[in-house]
Amino acid sequence: MSADPYVLRVNGNDHQVPDAHLGESLLWVLRERLGLPGSKNACEEGECGSCSVQIDGELVCSCLVLAAAAVGREVTTIEGLAPDGELADVQRAFVEAGAVQCGFCTPGLLMAVDTLLDELSDDGSVPDDLTVREAISGNLCRCTGYGRILEAVSIAADIRRGESRGDLA
Amino acid sequence: MTDVRIDETRTSERAPRIGESAPRPDGIPKVDGSFTFSSDLWHDRMLWGGTLRSPHPSARIRSIDIGPAVAVTGVHAVLTAADVPGNPAYGLEHADQPVLAADVVRYEGEPVAIVAADHPEAVRLALEAIVVDYESTVPLVDPGAAESSDPIHPDGNLIRRIHLRHGDQDVVGEVVVEGTYEVGMQDQAFLGPESGLAVPAEDGGVDLFIATQWLHVDRDQVAACLGLAPELVRLTLAGVGGAFGAREDLSLHAHLCLLALHTRRPVKMVYSREESFHGHVHRHPARMWYRHHADRAGNLLRVEARLLLDGGAYASSSGAVIANATCFAAGPYRIPSADIEGVVVRTNNPPCGAMRGFGAVQTCIGHEAQMDRLAAALDMDPVELRMRNVLASGDRLLTGQVITGTAPVAEVLRTCADHPSAAALSEDPMSLPGGAGRTADPEHVHRGEAIALGFKNLLFSEGFDDFSSALCRLEDGIATITCACAEVGQGFVTLAQQITREVLGVDDVVLTPASTATVGSAGSTSASRQTWMSGGAVQAACEEVRTTLLTRVAAEHGVDPDELVMADGRVMSLAGALDIDLASVTTEPVEADVEFHHAPTSPLDEYGQGDAHVSFAFSAHRAIVDVDRDLGLVKVVELTTSQDVGRVLNPLQAVGQLEGGAAQGVGLAVMEEVQVLDGRIRNASFTDYLVPTALDMPPVEIAALIEEPEPGAPFGAKGIGEPPSISSTAAVVAAIRAATDLELAHVPVRPTDIALAGA
Repeated sequence: MSADPYVLRVNGNDHQVPDAHLGESLLWVLRERLGLPGSKNACEEGECGSCSVQIDGELVCSCLVLAAAAVGREVTTIEGLAPDGELADVQRAFVEAGAVQCGFCTPGLLMAVDTLLDELSDDGSVPDDLTVREAISGNLCRCTGYGRILEAVSIAADIRRGESRGDLA
Repeated sequence: MTDVRIDETRTSERAPRIGESAPRPDGIPKVDGSFTFSSDLWHDRMLWGGTLRSPHPSARIRSIDIGPAVAVTGVHAVLTAADVPGNPAYGLEHADQPVLAADVVRYEGEPVAIVAADHPEAVRLALEAIVVDYESTVPLVDPGAAESSDPIHPDGNLIRRIHLRHGDQDVVGEVVVEGTYEVGMQDQAFLGPESGLAVPAEDGGVDLFIATQWLHVDRDQVAACLGLAPELVRLTLAGVGGAFGAREDLSLHAHLCLLALHTRRPVKMVYSREESFHGHVHRHPARMWYRHHADRAGNLLRVEARLLLDGGAYASSSGAVIANATCFAAGPYRIPSADIEGVVVRTNNPPCGAMRGFGAVQTCIGHEAQMDRLAAALDMDPVELRMRNVLASGDRLLTGQVITGTAPVAEVLRTCADHPSAAALSEDPMSLPGGAGRTADPEHVHRGEAIALGFKNLLFSEGFDDFSSALCRLEDGIATITCACAEVGQGFVTLAQQITREVLGVDDVVLTPASTATVGSAGSTSASRQTWMSGGAVQAACEEVRTTLLTRVAAEHGVDPDELVMADGRVMSLAGALDIDLASVTTEPVEADVEFHHAPTSPLDEYGQGDAHVSFAFSAHRAIVDVDRDLGLVKVVELTTSQDVGRVLNPLQAVGQLEGGAAQGVGLAVMEEVQVLDGRIRNASFTDYLVPTALDMPPVEIAALIEEPEPGAPFGAKGIGEPPSISSTAAVVAAIRAATDLELAHVPVRPTDIALAGA
């Protein structure tokens, strides 16, 4: 029941995927075949957002995408959010704002927030509270009640617009 | 990778002390994706495990044929109850739950067989191939009928009854109010599914890497089931994706070890979300009847209550949950007379046990509804009625115990009630009940506001000898702390570093992985106890190291050790004559190994009386809700809270606990209920079991963190994890009552309870 070997482009690198079973999700292949377990598996049915990755810049639940369907496209995971080894703005903001507790929802949330801020940076607009809540409403967090996450998004949005924040010196 | 590695937790560059918002030392690995949760564990020789579960809530097993499963390509082991070499059953308080069901299944989802294979797909095929011949029997699903029904377990259907009687039993109030309330089954819904990796060891033992709340009690239960000496079963904490009580009981622990020992291969298992709903205990559903007596001035005279909790098929921690429900049944009020009967029974429903708040959540819903009812009967302001009756230090609980620690209940209530509200009326459809997808008519939206007060015990009760262990080693100016406290997201790792820095005046603090192999028990990450207990153990270990070191340095320099202090990585004399680099005096390590116990408690007597508890924490929530009465939809607009915290050790983490706990309370108030029909869970998914999203959660305004240092607690800090989940639900439900004028006896409040009321 193995599929033909295929190549996935993840975080700028080509990965050979030999011997995969038919029907393996992108989440599964990332986690179990490519050694990229940063994307999480809280529900594996598209409800919690913990597996969120970007495909060609678009936010998707990797548990709902067949791995083979991502061939020829650019997949970005949490491991690739800050490719130079430094933390990305959203990652720094989450740590500083106390948006991380158990951390299981964190990678998916970071991908969702990064996608939101990318979209907004196109027109330079400032996200209002409801826009942010809507944008992360597909990502369940059971620890924080979202308060510190919203604060982190606000900090990251300021950084991305180039406004320095004294609390993130 | 051939060796499983659980990383040490290193200090961050900045090194804040007690009372500052130190960042989490595991924060960076958690944001860059490198943190290893238990479901991320990997071993290059590993097999995958899986569990066959009963489709019946009640059945006899006539036979099990594993032959077809063994024949599936890639399968390495198929095990049943006959393959359990040690104790066939386990349990937190009573070993009443089979590792694998032998001849009877007592709940839907009970494990019957386990499989190890080289791919999860082979596991799935093998599980489907196992032939179990069940004779389905009529399940006992009504907890009210449990005691009069035939026993479904050799231990009987009554798990525990406590009949608390306090004070003059003939008291009758001038004003009497009565009510019946019902609370549904809540799921902890942690995000990280049950998962782990067991690795067979050359000494005949096994190493288990697992997400849990208490490594040592798991170790003891697993070892007994495996028939191995405890030291041959070594548990190491893998990254925990939330817990909230659901990881107090064993789930896949023994199964993983059985498969690893049988196959002589590492075995990994990860529950699906659906399996997780069946694989851990839930919050007990409750039926509660209350009668409150007061005089016309509003002084509480007597409370009567009957509490019935459904424990499901196995005991888990039900005995302790009903003790809390009973002891705290009437809330944080001064009441001279009480008759409270708490009963928890066994049924063929899903097993129930620990969840954040542990018995006090259910009764808070009851006692606070009663206080509002009483206020209405007295035509009195609900806050004024509460204020008149709140407990204070020196008062007696219903158990007869006098509160000797802090109890700033009046301040908690007053600060919460007086806090200005920021909630404006909004006509944005996204902000209306039901959000953008619904059609709430602003004309038909009613606003309600209410307040609730709650409390519970901190630490373990009823005479349990509760302790935590910690090792501190100071070498070359670097402190290393070893403690088996389960970090489940709450931030103990941050506090342990802050405490160490505070006591030893160092910046570099290394926390070694939590493991049964390196240190004694830390006790459970539950009952809001780890800041106090493991925080206390770390503090005591560091203080012992400090004393040893300063005594040595003082002797070498001929000064009085009391004249020496440790700060900023140096040992200095108060007079200023001595100033030595800490690293230079710790080339030879200084070590301490301590066990920290809290003050002893007593069991409850036959009247539910006794000094059974160590300490108490109090919280208040005020909720503002908008309700569309036609559609039955609720929008929680704002929550305001005050909490008795003793002392804040880390303000940022404290806020996180208060906000996060309130979210679970909001969930229980308006959406979270495991739907169990004829013993079967009907909504075992995040599609059907709803937890609050960012659009459901209101802002949580923190009116006050009341800091009155608690005697006996490290730095005076009380545990803060549970109170936010206790009074929040009651406040939201009361606000919905205020908006609708409906009694709303069932929690969570369902749309039909509002829209179809009176229909």
